[in-house]
Amino acid sequence: MTPTRLITRAIRRPGLIVPPFCRPVLLRLSGQRFSATESHRQITTTATTANSQKKEVRLTAESYPSIERDARFAKLTSEDVAHFRSICPVLSAESDDLEAFNTDWMRKYRGQTRLVLKPKSTANVSEILKYCNSRSLAVVPQGGNTGLVGGSVPIYDEIVVSMNSMSNIRSFDPVSGILICDAGVVLETADNYLAGQGHIFPLDLGAKGSCHVAGNVATNAGGLRLLRYGSLHGTVLGVEAVLPDGTIMNDLSTLRKNNTGYDLKQLFIGSEGTLGIITAVSIICPPRPNVQNVAFFGVNTFEKVLEAFIRAKRELGEILSAFELMDGTSQRCVAQVTGKTRPLAGEETKFYVLVETSGSNKEHDDDKIDKFLMALIEDETIVNGVLAQDETQQRNLWSWREGIPEVLGHWGGVYKYDVSIPLKELYSLVEDVKARLIEHGLLGEDKTVVDVVGFGHMGDGNLHLNIPVRSYDSRVEQILEPFVYEWIQKRKGSISAEHGLGVAKREYVQYSRGETELGIMRSLKNHFDPVWPAPVPIRASCC
Amino acid sequence: MTSLRILVPIKRVIDYAIKPRVNATKTAVMTSGVKMSMNPFDELSIEESVRLRERNGDAVQDILAFSAGPAKAADTLRTAMAMGADRALLVELDEKRPEEIDLEPLAVAKLLREVVRQEGCNMVICGKQSIDDDSGQTGQMLAGLLGWGQATQAAKVEVQGSEVVVTKEVDGGEEVVRVKLPAVVTTDLRLNEPWGFPISCQRRYATLPNIMKAKKKPMEKKTLADFNVEFRKRLETVEVVEPPPRQGGGKVDSVDGLISRLKELGAI
Repeated sequence: MTPTRLITRAIRRPGLIVPPFCRPVLLRLSGQRFSATESHRQITTTATTANSQKKEVRLTAESYPSIERDARFAKLTSEDVAHFRSICPVLSAESDDLEAFNTDWMRKYRGQTRLVLKPKSTANVSEILKYCNSRSLAVVPQGGNTGLVGGSVPIYDEIVVSMNSMSNIRSFDPVSGILICDAGVVLETADNYLAGQGHIFPLDLGAKGSCHVAGNVATNAGGLRLLRYGSLHGTVLGVEAVLPDGTIMNDLSTLRKNNTGYDLKQLFIGSEGTLGIITAVSIICPPRPNVQNVAFFGVNTFEKVLEAFIRAKRELGEILSAFELMDGTSQRCVAQVTGKTRPLAGEETKFYVLVETSGSNKEHDDDKIDKFLMALIEDETIVNGVLAQDETQQRNLWSWREGIPEVLGHWGGVYKYDVSIPLKELYSLVEDVKARLIEHGLLGEDKTVVDVVGFGHMGDGNLHLNIPVRSYDSRVEQILEPFVYEWIQKRKGSISAEHGLGVAKREYVQYSRGETELGIMRSLKNHFDPVWPAPVPIRASCC
Repeated sequence: MTSLRILVPIKRVIDYAIKPRVNATKTAVMTSGVKMSMNPFDELSIEESVRLRERNGDAVQDILAFSAGPAKAADTLRTAMAMGADRALLVELDEKRPEEIDLEPLAVAKLLREVVRQEGCNMVICGKQSIDDDSGQTGQMLAGLLGWGQATQAAKVEVQGSEVVVTKEVDGGEEVVRVKLPAVVTTDLRLNEPWGFPISCQRRYATLPNIMKAKKKPMEKKTLADFNVEFRKRLETVEVVEPPPRQGGGKVDSVDGLISRLKELGAI
């Protein structure tokens, strides 16, 4: 299930400021945070600490000494604050607690902003960016602040532009299913509104109660419904954004077809706020399915998992809505930590799969999933399995998938990677990492590393590689990195499937993108934000 | 020990994880287009019957799942058979005839009495209530009609020779009762659940092989006309309303504020 708060917006640095890629400081992306999917709470690469809540969060500037504050950015003055007060509501460090805006929800990143702006309209956002641009003030757009990579909080003293106050649903057309809403509408609010109209938001993730719709768009959130409804690149029909110089780009189209030149809105989807601040989106929302089935089964080899996946697509067809992979280790961890009885009795299998269908006709769906499952078990593609008989069982089965990230933090910490790999080799990464840790004597009952776990959205070629540890240890980190990134590079995979780059992954982008592509990204950033051209190419930092 | 022929009555109700909504005329809860599942207490009954067989082996001769409901109640009975019931009997109610909708507890008890006699059952394990009307009367009425002993709200069931020993939760502890067979036992939430776990946490799932087997198990279908029972309604539903929405709480600024507010409310 699901995640976050997210959000984003774009732009970070907007205005000027910051070039996108990388720049230190001030630029960062936006925030969206959120993540989708892996469940919610996770971080991506790095580790989370079980009791991190109790400790003060370390300043990002200290954790990432390589990111320096760009001296070209101006420092905030009282005249600036007075000017912003004339535009929209303002929170300042002198009179308000800005902790919530400076710290991400995983408590892994902490910035030092002195000012939070809460624009109420697109015009407000335009005025803010125009002024920041002229004054060279760095900006970080922030949505629900649910990202996992540190993209939605400041690093240094960037001004936070919070989209919380722009939260109106502008329109919904029941015939086409197109929703137009402000940037700061919370995903769950949008979905509840749509439920009342018999429709569904084409994106769902664990942070849905906090994340903002525009943050989802700015970070191109993946989530649980991607297999069924596709990515936001397909469902988002239009974007209204404010560019770094304050120009309003009104591309809030409601057309499914519009081949008139470059598709500009696509640039903003997944830009993490580096090109502008998204202020509204239009998105096409399918009718809401009212019948669901959830099955959970055990499989002994990865080849058979692939076979089951192919057959699920063929035999379940349009009702297939999730195909989630979990390895035996992950399920053993959940059972051990939660003490719950495992759904499947008998011998443990190497892999487990959760299949969900969503449709509109119970008899039809029941019949399909029944035949699909029976055929799999009869020809021994799967070893055993269960089919939920009611809503509660469905939720319980999902908890064996969604509960994994939380459970892995039980031993102390977790190193997390969210990667895309061609399906055939999806699981080999887990095996190779495990072999490598064993070879170096780091994995075992009395060793630092508890185990190596793989799970994820099989349907999307997205693997979550998690390595629960008893404590963080630089020896483990050296074994993992850059090994994992190089491994992925060799298979032409992605080092960040759905979490984005943010602060956490910016240094590794070259493992997934070539110099030519990075060069084009830099020139795009320069185009949108000429005052602050992209940084020097080292480390790409894109986005 | 006495060999057991167990009857487990089952009701198809709105899934307990779904929030029920009252219809516009305030005469009933809306059921069309709503997910329906087995009454959770009935699941406990099926589970306990299966566990009795697991513990006592061949002494459990027969587990018959019974339901009186719409044609779709057949799905619910298949679930019961996938969980371990041997066979099923469905009394299909005609939804177009108002007198057949929402049978009252007394009518159901009379129907069950006939089934017990026809099928030669000597133990009935039923839920202490169904979660749609919450009447909680059928088991007791059935025991009365049959002249059998009854042990209600069971948290633990043991068959010893020709007797059943039932542990029930009562205020402040447990009460253990002993009843001679034949008998009616009604099930409470703690039955077959480890203490401390919410209902359904540990309930068995329907496995694929068992679902396949369930398809081949016999399901007999009858109608009310096959029983010589009087189903006249004795209760009139005056109005169905939702509980009042929760009133929002207030905020206090300080500990002193909290204390004075609590005093105002007479809480301390």
